[in-house]
Amino acid sequence: MTALLTLTVLVLVAIAIWQMTKIFELSQLKTEHAEVATDNDNKNNGYLMFGFLIFIYGITIFSFAKYSKMLLPEASSAHGGEYDQLMWVSFAIIFFVQFITQALLHYFAYKYRGEKGKKALFFADNDRLEFIWTIIPVIVLAGLILWGLYTWTNIMDVNDEDDPLVVELYAQQFNWTARYAGDDNVLGDASVRLIDIDRANVLGLDESDPNGEDDVIVKELHLPVGRKVNFKMRSQDVLHSAYMPHFRAQMNCVPGMITQFSFTPTVTTEEMRLNPDVVEKVKRTNALRAQWAAEGRPNSEPWEFDYVLLCNKICGKSHYNMQMRIVVETEEEFNKWMAEQKTFKVSMAPAE
Amino acid sequence: MSATGHEHGHDDHGHHHKETFITKYIFSQDHKMISKQYLITGLIMGFIGIAMSLLFRMQLAWPGESFPIFEALLGKWAPDGVMDADIYLALVTIHGTIMVFFVLTAGLSGTFSNLLIPLQIGARDMASGFLNMVSYWLFFLSSVIMVISLFVEAGPAAAGWTIYPPLSALPMAQPGSGAGMTLWLVSMAIFIASSLLGSLNYIVTVINLRTKGMSMTRLPLTIWAFFVTAVIGVISFPVLLSAALLLIMDRSFGTSFFLSDIFIQGEVLHYQGGSPVLYEHLFWFLGHPEVYIVLLPALGITSEVMSTNARKPIFGYRAMVASILAIAFLSTIVWGHHMFISGMNPFLGSVFTFTTLLIAIPSAVKAFNYITTLWKGNLQLNPGMLFSIGLVSTFISGGLTGIILGDSTLDINVHDTYFVVAHFHLVMGISALYGLFAGVYHWFPKMFQGRMMNKNLGYVHFWITAICAYGVFFPMHFVGMAGVPRRYYENTAFPMFDELTNVQVLMTVFAIIAGLAQLVFVYNFISSIFYGKRGPQNPWSSNTLEWTAPQEHMHGNWPGEIPHVYRWAYDYSKTYENGEYIIAGQDFVPQNVPLQENEEELNH
Repeated sequence: MTALLTLTVLVLVAIAIWQMTKIFELSQLKTEHAEVATDNDNKNNGYLMFGFLIFIYGITIFSFAKYSKMLLPEASSAHGGEYDQLMWVSFAIIFFVQFITQALLHYFAYKYRGEKGKKALFFADNDRLEFIWTIIPVIVLAGLILWGLYTWTNIMDVNDEDDPLVVELYAQQFNWTARYAGDDNVLGDASVRLIDIDRANVLGLDESDPNGEDDVIVKELHLPVGRKVNFKMRSQDVLHSAYMPHFRAQMNCVPGMITQFSFTPTVTTEEMRLNPDVVEKVKRTNALRAQWAAEGRPNSEPWEFDYVLLCNKICGKSHYNMQMRIVVETEEEFNKWMAEQKTFKVSMAPAE
Repeated sequence: MSATGHEHGHDDHGHHHKETFITKYIFSQDHKMISKQYLITGLIMGFIGIAMSLLFRMQLAWPGESFPIFEALLGKWAPDGVMDADIYLALVTIHGTIMVFFVLTAGLSGTFSNLLIPLQIGARDMASGFLNMVSYWLFFLSSVIMVISLFVEAGPAAAGWTIYPPLSALPMAQPGSGAGMTLWLVSMAIFIASSLLGSLNYIVTVINLRTKGMSMTRLPLTIWAFFVTAVIGVISFPVLLSAALLLIMDRSFGTSFFLSDIFIQGEVLHYQGGSPVLYEHLFWFLGHPEVYIVLLPALGITSEVMSTNARKPIFGYRAMVASILAIAFLSTIVWGHHMFISGMNPFLGSVFTFTTLLIAIPSAVKAFNYITTLWKGNLQLNPGMLFSIGLVSTFISGGLTGIILGDSTLDINVHDTYFVVAHFHLVMGISALYGLFAGVYHWFPKMFQGRMMNKNLGYVHFWITAICAYGVFFPMHFVGMAGVPRRYYENTAFPMFDELTNVQVLMTVFAIIAGLAQLVFVYNFISSIFYGKRGPQNPWSSNTLEWTAPQEHMHGNWPGEIPHVYRWAYDYSKTYENGEYIIAGQDFVPQNVPLQENEEELNH
């Protein structure tokens, strides 16, 4: 079916090209230097330039109408609101400039299409004009830079104020592990040289470090809503990147060093599932998946919204499937869940 | 600065040495032949690179689907016609490498620097014809090695075109990091040597071999662009060479420049104390200027083609030169914007945000100047002109999203997503390709003895390409903002991306049509070499010196004396005060025409 479809498209394109060449050819009077644009060529292509402007606007409107609902829902972290706002303002500026410059460019290409005997204006310089369009970007960019840097400094300031929860995100080909710092909220020392697969010390924790005894190692990230989380990222093999798009958060995991990122989740998973945008998205997705299930395709069970942590730095064959579920819940739910987890000391005990 | 004459050498053309097939077509030291060699090698590499992109675009649109063409082309990497995840990464990697280095660096800058520098500044040839020949053959060798690497048992390099270690350093991390990566590194090392030899030659030629009267401020903008590009290349390519050498050491000789604390496949490796972040710094110290190495020649070509076809001087010549210089300078101090979330100090991120957004200023000046050049022109919409206008359009569309990516805050959530892919393909990929096409259509008669390419096929080529380019890359921004990471073999592991599959299909269909449209160009190019109609000596009524040289190629470019230059390259539609053209009945005044009586002299 696909092959047939492809073939049809190919044939149609070939016919289109052939016809277009013919149209161009027919529209030209025979002249001596046939390969230089004639008045007729200028006219045709001038009109096409105008049409192209409409196409650019068209595809912009089409994409917005059709795809903007597919974008990420509103941010679920404290700094995310400001991020989204800065993004929105930047986009407003971009589309304003895009709208005007593309219009000028293509309209001029249409309006001033060449004709025999027409005289172009010899206009080589104008200091005032050039000054204007140097200074306008300078001012606009200065504003964006200042705003951006202010936000950036706030986001990247990882500190111990407000009693943050300390969590290590540990990356390896091709999965994630999280380690909570436990009751003392201090992570125990760890090194890849201490990894002992046989004794299930997969993160290479230092067993002699008392800080590590109460650490909790899990395969699903649970976060209490409203409490700041300080992430410490580690990788044991190649570069990975901890990408949590719903929280507007990302940081690379680099073997040989500990990187960090900090944010405060503000919306629980349950609340997010009730967000109208998310409800709509889940509905659309599940309609699609039902259709796939009817076709007998694998991986087409109904989907329920969850936050995810993705790997966003190429890391090898299964890079595309390196993920961990994130659950944001209330403080009580979190404490309850945490109480059910085994500490590092307990999990190591049977081996002794 | 007074113009430097070209005193020595070939003014007396009594001594024709006999040329054999080998010295004329293969080991040629003539810049025109070398430029054609660069162009054709670059186009062949481009064919491979674009074909690869179509393969992985099909995989993205129809993940896990079986295609006979996969099995035919990829063999054991596509059992039963289903593409393997490793080869997907390899295709992405080699596509990037080939397009950035082999097509848009060597194919674009190599071709047109070689062709135009001597012809437009009025020189008999490059400063060193021999080095020029060596440069091409090193490029050829590196292309061959890169192509050979595709046939290695464990597969070609697959760590992304940026080949970040440790992934690229450890064969256990990925099969492509074995022999495939070794060949990749060897190929790139040779490529860098080629690029350096070429660049040094361009710089020396532009500085020393300008004809009498050709002051720096009378140089066509093409030459300014090629010259500054060569300077950036000489500054930044050696740093990539050092990164490649250190990586080779880490891979083969057990050093730890970029590696530390690694546990992989059940064992701890001995590496200690290195840092992958160091590699990222070294790589992007070239990697970012590389964007402008790719783009500046395209902008230079556009300036020239646009001015000629608008029958108007380029608006703000001095501002254009200043922008080229400013972009070149800034391009060397912005590399950190590729590394905002690499784990480097956030304060460095602030500095790089600042310098990065500064680069938008000269870029904006250039865009506005192009638009003003069109204003009140008498636009001759030849295919080269269409591609130039198309370049300005994609340069704006793609450049604007750079404001998002250059802002460290906003980069956090779109870093390494399809938003980035859309951004750089528009601003440097498509724009530079348009520059390449504009140059080929415009200077084809200069390369192939006056033969011209078929304009109707050119129009078809442009319009299909222009529509499809936006069709592929405009929706791609939305995919990125939905959070889809790049370099994912398929997005089916995340139900949140399910509904974006339709967008992927749309983009792939546009990409396939665009790919087919390039076949129109290939046909036009090849058939015009042999059967193209011969035009007049100066088909576009252009001012620059290359059109004063005879159509038939000859060693030394001009029979008899080299033309002298009396004016800048942009006296199009210049008139006396009474409104009459300077030369009656002709709306252009070539650079070798002396200043006329009563003619107002500009500061050039």
